[in-house]
Amino acid sequence: MPLKQRSQSMTQRKSIPISPSELTPREVYLERRTILAQMGLGLMGALGGSVSLSAPAQAEQKLTGYRTTPFGHDEKVTSYENITTYNNFYEFGTDKEDPSNNAGTLRTRPWTITFEGAIKRPRQIGVDDLLHLFPLEERIYRMRCVEAWSMVIPWIGFPLQKLVQWAEPTARAKYVEFISLADPTEMPGIRRAVLDWPYNEGLRMDEAQHPLTLMAVGLYGEILPHQNGAPIRLVVPWKYGFKGIKSIVKIRFTEAMPISSWMKANASEYGFYSNVNPSVDHPRWSQATERRIGGGLFEARRKTLPFNGYAEEVAHLYSGMDLKKYF
Amino acid sequence: MVIPKRVVFVLALLPLLWISWLAFRDALGAHPVERVIHFTGQWTLNFLLITLTVTPLRQYSGWNGLLRIRRMLGLFAFFYGTLHLLSYAGIDQWFDWHAIVHDIVKHPYILAGLSGYLTMLPLALTSNAWAVSKLKTRWKKLHRLAYLVPALGVLHFTWLVKKDLTQPLIYGTLLLILLVLRLPFQSQWRATR
Ligand code: HEM
Repeated sequence: MPLKQRSQSMTQRKSIPISPSELTPREVYLERRTILAQMGLGLMGALGGSVSLSAPAQAEQKLTGYRTTPFGHDEKVTSYENITTYNNFYEFGTDKEDPSNNAGTLRTRPWTITFEGAIKRPRQIGVDDLLHLFPLEERIYRMRCVEAWSMVIPWIGFPLQKLVQWAEPTARAKYVEFISLADPTEMPGIRRAVLDWPYNEGLRMDEAQHPLTLMAVGLYGEILPHQNGAPIRLVVPWKYGFKGIKSIVKIRFTEAMPISSWMKANASEYGFYSNVNPSVDHPRWSQATERRIGGGLFEARRKTLPFNGYAEEVAHLYSGMDLKKYF
Repeated sequence: MVIPKRVVFVLALLPLLWISWLAFRDALGAHPVERVIHFTGQWTLNFLLITLTVTPLRQYSGWNGLLRIRRMLGLFAFFYGTLHLLSYAGIDQWFDWHAIVHDIVKHPYILAGLSGYLTMLPLALTSNAWAVSKLKTRWKKLHRLAYLVPALGVLHFTWLVKKDLTQPLIYGTLLLILLVLRLPFQSQWRATR
């Protein structure tokens, strides 16, 4: 039976008791996964193959004790299935389906994050300890990819601001650089030099400390699925999606502007700022409009908003800057 | 041995049936518009390359019956190309001519694709017996554009991928092989023309 990719507003999802006929996409999805898994297991059993469940199995771990926030409650949330099967995570392959198919091999525990550079003292912390340091909250953010599509994602995480404070950067720190895991045994995409591994990204200190900037550890009420950047990733809703670096293992405070993997790949196409900007096209395609994922075959494109609709909150960070030059 | 044209016709429609089936079942994935555009674009290029394999295949195998289906294969490339163009202009851009013109003048990959399509147009229009007899030797010359079209297609593909060039490189390599295979025959051809 074909599944309609439905999505509902989170408000609705939270407050209205759910009748069996009104399953959320999440539940429909899990149910189908179970059916598929059972079918798969049956088939594999019949063929005498060995059975292993990968990535999606871990995705069922619920996150509890997070508070909700008003962010994005006027938006229609993208379905869980679309958020977790249409991904750019080149460490697992360059097709959109590759991460959800291949990220099962990622080991997210134990996981330590190293802090270094312009800070009082370098240190390391396990991701579980990190989770206990700061209260978690849910924030529904728009996510605009540089490829001119967008989603609405119910992230769970904490403001990066808090982590920066905790790390105690010195006055020399002007930028924060983030570095992803690059392990060829767990990440098949690393074996090909599509990008300069490990993936890295950077923010100016004021961007990192902006209250909208989030460290996400979950989505849709559960721990982050591998393909979405488990166990911890960056979310900067007014920038193109690739700035939201995934599976972070190192955070470094620097004086000089970090050169990101995408800048190294093509400096004329990907700048340090990469703020969503409908009036500055990607050199090869237009950024004026975008397609919202889940809209189906016959929904029109929508206009892309400056700073992805977060201009009121963040435009002042760039006042006086020529955004055509600092793209 | 001859290949029944009807068989080729039905086989060549299978990609269209497949994508229509997926659309009907609402199974085109997270980004259905992209899926349709990519699918029709790939099949345009596939048919362009399949068409170009006919002559070398015939020359190496001596299987002259192949020649009967070449025109149909070429026309299917044009057919999928038209679907591709319509998917872009219709379901993606909603016939917003302003946006489309902007796309053509600002973005070289669109210009390359359009040039490829426009180059196919005279070939499709002259793919009938009447045009062959009318144009005589000029027909052959004109239809050498069949080499340029996939080259523009590969260029189009190369310019549109974000970073991973694997697929356009595979197509480009296949095209190069098909063109190189022609080199010795070109001269024979000219001698006997
Ligand atoms: C000879 C003619 C053409 C060929 C062989 C061709 C082939 C292709 C191929 C192979 C792809 C990529 C599929 C993929 O990524 O899997 C593609 C994508 C695309 N083509 Fe074409 N194409 C042609 C003409 C056109 C024309 C005339 C237009 C529009 C004016 C066009 C617009 C597009 C667009 C918008 C995409 C998708 C770009 C994206 O994903 O960002 N193409 N085409």
